[in-house]
Amino acid sequence: MPRRGPFKTWFYTRMPIHKFWQKHYVNYLAPKNLNFWYVFGSLSIVALVMQVVSGFFLTMFYIPTEEQAFNSINNIMQKVNYGWFIRYMHTTGASALFIVIYLHIYRSIMYGSYKYPRELLWVIGVTLYVAILAEGFTGYALPWGQMSFWATSVILKLFGTIPLIGKQLVIWLQGGDAVTGITLHRMFAFHVILFPLIIIILTLIHISSLHYVGSNNPLGIDTSKKDCINYHPYYTAKNLVGIVIFLIIFALVMFYKPSMHGFFIEPTNNIPADSLKSPENISPAWYLTPYYSILRAVPHKFFGAVAMASAIAFLFILPWLDKSPVRSIHYKGTLSKIALLFFVVSFLGLGYLGTLTPTPINIALCRILSLIYFLYFILMPYYTSYEKAKITPKRISQ
Amino acid sequence: MDDKNKKTHDAHINLNRRQFLTKATTAASAVGLAAACFPFAASMFPSMKKVTTKETVKVDLSDMKPGDQKTIQWQDKPVWIVRRTQKDLANLKKLNNLLQDPLSKVNQQPKYADNLFRSIKPEWLVVVGLCTHLGCVPTYRPEPGTVSKKWEGGFFCTCHGSKFDLSGRVYKGMPAPTNLVVPPYKFINDATILIGRSK
Ligand code: HEM
Ligand code: FES
Repeated sequence: MPRRGPFKTWFYTRMPIHKFWQKHYVNYLAPKNLNFWYVFGSLSIVALVMQVVSGFFLTMFYIPTEEQAFNSINNIMQKVNYGWFIRYMHTTGASALFIVIYLHIYRSIMYGSYKYPRELLWVIGVTLYVAILAEGFTGYALPWGQMSFWATSVILKLFGTIPLIGKQLVIWLQGGDAVTGITLHRMFAFHVILFPLIIIILTLIHISSLHYVGSNNPLGIDTSKKDCINYHPYYTAKNLVGIVIFLIIFALVMFYKPSMHGFFIEPTNNIPADSLKSPENISPAWYLTPYYSILRAVPHKFFGAVAMASAIAFLFILPWLDKSPVRSIHYKGTLSKIALLFFVVSFLGLGYLGTLTPTPINIALCRILSLIYFLYFILMPYYTSYEKAKITPKRISQ
Repeated sequence: MDDKNKKTHDAHINLNRRQFLTKATTAASAVGLAAACFPFAASMFPSMKKVTTKETVKVDLSDMKPGDQKTIQWQDKPVWIVRRTQKDLANLKKLNNLLQDPLSKVNQQPKYADNLFRSIKPEWLVVVGLCTHLGCVPTYRPEPGTVSKKWEGGFFCTCHGSKFDLSGRVYKGMPAPTNLVVPPYKFINDATILIGRSK
């Protein structure tokens, strides 16, 4: 028991928050072989905090009306003291959060972290991912440039494909039969209150449920206390290295390449919203483009939307598709390795194609890659049970 | 409470009554919660004032040459007016088997525009310029061969690649399911139309 001064004693007798802190941080036992892929969870928290802080200050100067939204962004960039700093931190931060989350998800897939006993942890994670996508989408609407307007319009119309209630649902979401300033104002409400709250609550649930079942590790084997070390100071030190590297890269992008060749801030969005003319090539922010490509691949309104929704739905049921006796890709068979490679290539390819205009050849490519994307999931029960897994060690250093 | 006391105490508990109370209050709260959600959800629907706009727009056609297209705003939506050439009109007759709904069976137009040209006067096309897929504004591409090799002129939506002919009829195998919408309109005189009202 460390010695405590009178203040701490007084405080902790009434509110033992140190217990929470010790349980979830200092004394959390983590496998001793966690590699750099495990830094992305902590980085997600860092990025999330940056979004909350920069977003809070943006809200002081941003005006969510049809007439003023676009100008208020210009005002932030040009007149507000260090407004450019705040805004670039928020725009770069959005993309950084998604990059970090995608790597975090890839890690979980690679090491089979979604398998028993972490299925619920995974499902909470995917829910969190959907909430972050919604946060990204509503934020994209706010500058009210051409891209904002048309991406909002197209994505909200997707709800219109739902049978029976679709039409009314779109009117309900838009607050009219077209996207207008009314829609903008509610996007703002979702973006600054509802989705952030959901994301923060889910993150807390995510981490506390992780600490109940314990971390997986690159070998994907069950670990006993002997194979574990305290999170603090060991992983604190390790993660700090990751955080510093992340922040250096972040700062370089934010100060020198904040628009990232049109991927983080799109040039078309420097034109004010015009409800009479769509831009030549409409695409959502880069982190949504894989799904956008899947939508484009299907030449049917309803089934296009269904394909898009099932692309995410498959992520939810991943734990029950994987029949392999082992978790980590290290010990899975060759088929799983090839499948994972194809999956990554299809996801990146779809993401890239989603930023281009839909020429016949691009659409053909979208179709091939969408097929690969879905086959990864649909065939998973077969190839994971057909292939022969390697023998896993009983302990970490064996 | 010692053991003996606890037993006699428990014996007095009416479990049925407790269970009934728990269930009844839970149900009452659920109904209350649902009822409280209603005004919030209803607030997001447009108010009556917004729905019943009977806005009409007068458009002067005298400055339009054959092949010209212009866009005007009507009830927050773009409406196109195209003055089609004689060649365009001849082309429209050849396209039937390439189109999803060549005879405009789906009700996307007023009665008086339910014909091959989907208009009151063949020369003048008036349509709402919103793609029936997800609502982008397609581009006007009258020149043959520009969108694809066999392109006969029409509208091309760059969002997800839907194609429409110069009557706003959708081609087969497109993400857009139906032809473009023809709004109610009428000719006030040869060079002026009124959009938003049929009579
Ligand atoms: C705001 C977003 C998120 C935050 C702040 C967050 C945070 C964390 C943290 C701190 C960890 C422990 C460190 C680590 O394993 O990297 C973790 C683990 C994990 N996360 Fe997340 N996460 C987020 C989103 C997601 C998403 C979207 C998924 C999946 C779709 C996911 C799935 C998992 C899984 C399966 C683990 C356990 C990994 C293992 O033990 O091998 N997380 N998360
Ligand atoms: S909105 Fe026109 S093709 Fe999708």
